[in-house]
Amino acid sequence: MYSPEVTQASNFVQGVDTAFLVILGISFFFLIGLTAVMIYFIYRYNRKRNPVATQIHGSTKLEIIWTVVPFILTMVMFYYGWLGWKPMAKPPKDAMEVTVYGRMWNFSFEYENGKRTDTLYLPKDKPVKLNLVALDVLHSLYIPAFRVKQDMVPNKENNFMWFVPQRVGTYELYCAEYCGLQHSYMYSYVKVMEDSVFQSFIADTTKVVAADIDSPIATGKRVMQNIGCFACHSLDGTKLVGPSFKGIWGAEHTVVTGNETRKVTVDEEYIKQSIFDPNADVVEGFMKGLMVSYQGQLSEDDIANIIEYLKTVQ
Amino acid sequence: MQKENVANVANYLTYKGKHKGLLGWVLSTDHKRIGLLYLYSIMTMFSVGVLLGLAMKFELLAPGKTIMEAQTYNATFTVHGVIMIFMVVIPGLPAVFGNFLLPIMIGAKDVAFPKLNLLSWWLYVAGVFLVLSAVIFGKGAPDTGWTFYAPYSFKTGTNLLPAIFGAFILGFSSILTGLNFLVTIHRMRCPGMKWSKLPLFVWTLYGTAWIQLLATPVVGITLVLVALERMFGVGVFDPALGGDPILYQHLFWIYSHPAVYIMILPAMGAISEIIPTFSQKMIFGYKAIIASTMAIAFVGYLVWGHHMFTAGMSGTAQYYFSLLTFIVAIPSAIKVFNWISTMYKGSINVQTPLYWAVSFIFVFLIGGLSGLVLGSLAANVHLHDTAFVVAHFHYIVFGGTGFAFFAAAHYWFPKIYGRMYDKGWANAGWLIFFIGFLALYTPMFYLGIMGMPRRYYDYLDDFHGGNILSTFGSWIMVTGLVIIIINLIRSARKGPAAEINPWRGKTLEWTVSSPPSLENFDEIPVIAEDDGPYNYK
Repeated sequence: MYSPEVTQASNFVQGVDTAFLVILGISFFFLIGLTAVMIYFIYRYNRKRNPVATQIHGSTKLEIIWTVVPFILTMVMFYYGWLGWKPMAKPPKDAMEVTVYGRMWNFSFEYENGKRTDTLYLPKDKPVKLNLVALDVLHSLYIPAFRVKQDMVPNKENNFMWFVPQRVGTYELYCAEYCGLQHSYMYSYVKVMEDSVFQSFIADTTKVVAADIDSPIATGKRVMQNIGCFACHSLDGTKLVGPSFKGIWGAEHTVVTGNETRKVTVDEEYIKQSIFDPNADVVEGFMKGLMVSYQGQLSEDDIANIIEYLKTVQ
Repeated sequence: MQKENVANVANYLTYKGKHKGLLGWVLSTDHKRIGLLYLYSIMTMFSVGVLLGLAMKFELLAPGKTIMEAQTYNATFTVHGVIMIFMVVIPGLPAVFGNFLLPIMIGAKDVAFPKLNLLSWWLYVAGVFLVLSAVIFGKGAPDTGWTFYAPYSFKTGTNLLPAIFGAFILGFSSILTGLNFLVTIHRMRCPGMKWSKLPLFVWTLYGTAWIQLLATPVVGITLVLVALERMFGVGVFDPALGGDPILYQHLFWIYSHPAVYIMILPAMGAISEIIPTFSQKMIFGYKAIIASTMAIAFVGYLVWGHHMFTAGMSGTAQYYFSLLTFIVAIPSAIKVFNWISTMYKGSINVQTPLYWAVSFIFVFLIGGLSGLVLGSLAANVHLHDTAFVVAHFHYIVFGGTGFAFFAAAHYWFPKIYGRMYDKGWANAGWLIFFIGFLALYTPMFYLGIMGMPRRYYDYLDDFHGGNILSTFGSWIMVTGLVIIIINLIRSARKGPAAEINPWRGKTLEWTVSSPPSLENFDEIPVIAEDDGPYNYK
């Protein structure tokens, strides 16, 4: 969230805020001025005070003035908007790259060394370029405190945004482009840290899952939280867009495979297939095509842990 | 006595033709009856849209679930948008007041193609029923937002196709009305009614009609492509089929941005009639207002890209669209300056229509100036797709078009029904509505600046305060609305008989009886060389 106390959280804050304040200032001047004049006229030239109107056709001089003056003012506004926006299109060559995956309805972040997180961790004062990958529909990555926003378009090449985080802290990160049912829950956080802290954080690839968790069951749950499974699959039997996980292990499901309806028992093979090829078998009563494959995002170990966890959801 | 007077004169309301009762209305080719058919159907849809809006504001009163699930909320804002845009503000002033007044204002007995005019209304009704069928039948109401953005519009399992076909047919209704008005204005003006003597409301209808005729087919084609893609998998917009979702946005906004001017130009026209009448003064800068109308109609075609600044267009396209967006603001500013100057040294009669007109200028200024903020490339990056945008376009589309609609309704009411409304209730309704409007939409500017994205079912606690105020505002505004509408309905049936020219206006509709006779004029009027629409000498 934007906050007046958190100033200059990124290198773009000043440009955006200047463009905004220039227009806001001019706007308030005209809004208050014109409204005051209007109210004064209604009072002064009320028919009680001024029973006979003076007919005036117009004034070419005035028309020219109030065409030229707004023209100049709007060009000033355009200039500041252009000035603040121009650098956003040109990322520096040495920027650290992070790939952002957006899917219905969560973000995940992949760093240059392959580490993946559900929160965006960044070092302070280093330019970062986010390569945006939308896996299903349009999303938009928006960090209000940094004044940056870029739509994430499926299959679009060179879809990126860049900035330099300038203050240590935690900031909200939202999806700003409507993307369906859980759109308003598709948000995460940016954690900006001192460079040294960031380096030790990033070097430790085991920290994909919090280090103090050791049992496969807890790890499985953590993995599922990180990739956002519970946005669509409940744990308590509630019907969301996907089937609930409650009592799923060993249960018999009626699924639609192609055009056929058949019964399957939920086992290791079925769970694995449902994660890597979710649209092959779709449980009856649910929509096909909403979930995209997690191929390449989860390791065999992750899958094993997820299965261990699902066995416990009763 | 007065009541009998109203009933005995053979006017368009009491006229008995081939058909009786309701059929006499829904099969009538009289432009005035068609205008009222539009008025009643549009106000019905407006009421539905308002109820959906109220439900949304109620849901946002507190974080988390308040009254509905996320799926219901998403469908609610979609249907609210589709109804308000395609069924209320786009037809809005042209279909109601344009139909009723255009022929009278240019001294004609009807529009050029009366049967086509009736067909337009029937198409409107068909479109409305198609869209509503999407809500009632099938796998749930559409949940894509009124913009139907690809590729979500291909992923959703909701019943989208009827809504798309409905919007398509509503587009045809709009095209035919535009065509009809163009021919009417070119061919049906009475002797002496030169272009330089046309009332400004007619001029804005003229500019609007060109946009309806030229821009609407683009959205029609786009919606057909979406339907083909959904039904037969023709890959145009869906990246999964090799299509381009950005192409969809371009095609959608090539129509839907000019559509904003379809909404606002006739509103400006109505204000350009009301201000001279209540100032008893010639309009200031008649030619400048016409020039600005045509400039808006033309430049309005070329700015659609400002809806897509964060979608990833090339830098050149960004500069071009931003620059033209600032330029299109100038003609609107010129109009405001001319309206205010018209009041200078006038003899101002402060009545309900003037309250609406003056508050129109105020909210239109806020809407327009906040549009400049969004037209700026840098500021847009922060504010695009936030509540700020929602506030901005409600200030323009509801504040602008809506206030002008009520201004026009209170201005022409005595002409349309031959009766006068209760001015005390009308003013009270206006004041409550105005306060509610400001309380409803102003906090959204703040929420947007704070970074609350739009189309959010739920929000973080930080955004709670602004949302509470906004929801309270919606209650106040609706209270005002109820007072206004009840007062008008009651007065249309029981109000005291109105004079021919209660506001001492100078345009031709104030020379015919109230309500007008079936054919408006016994004899086609002739405009003398020194007559004019605002000739108050």
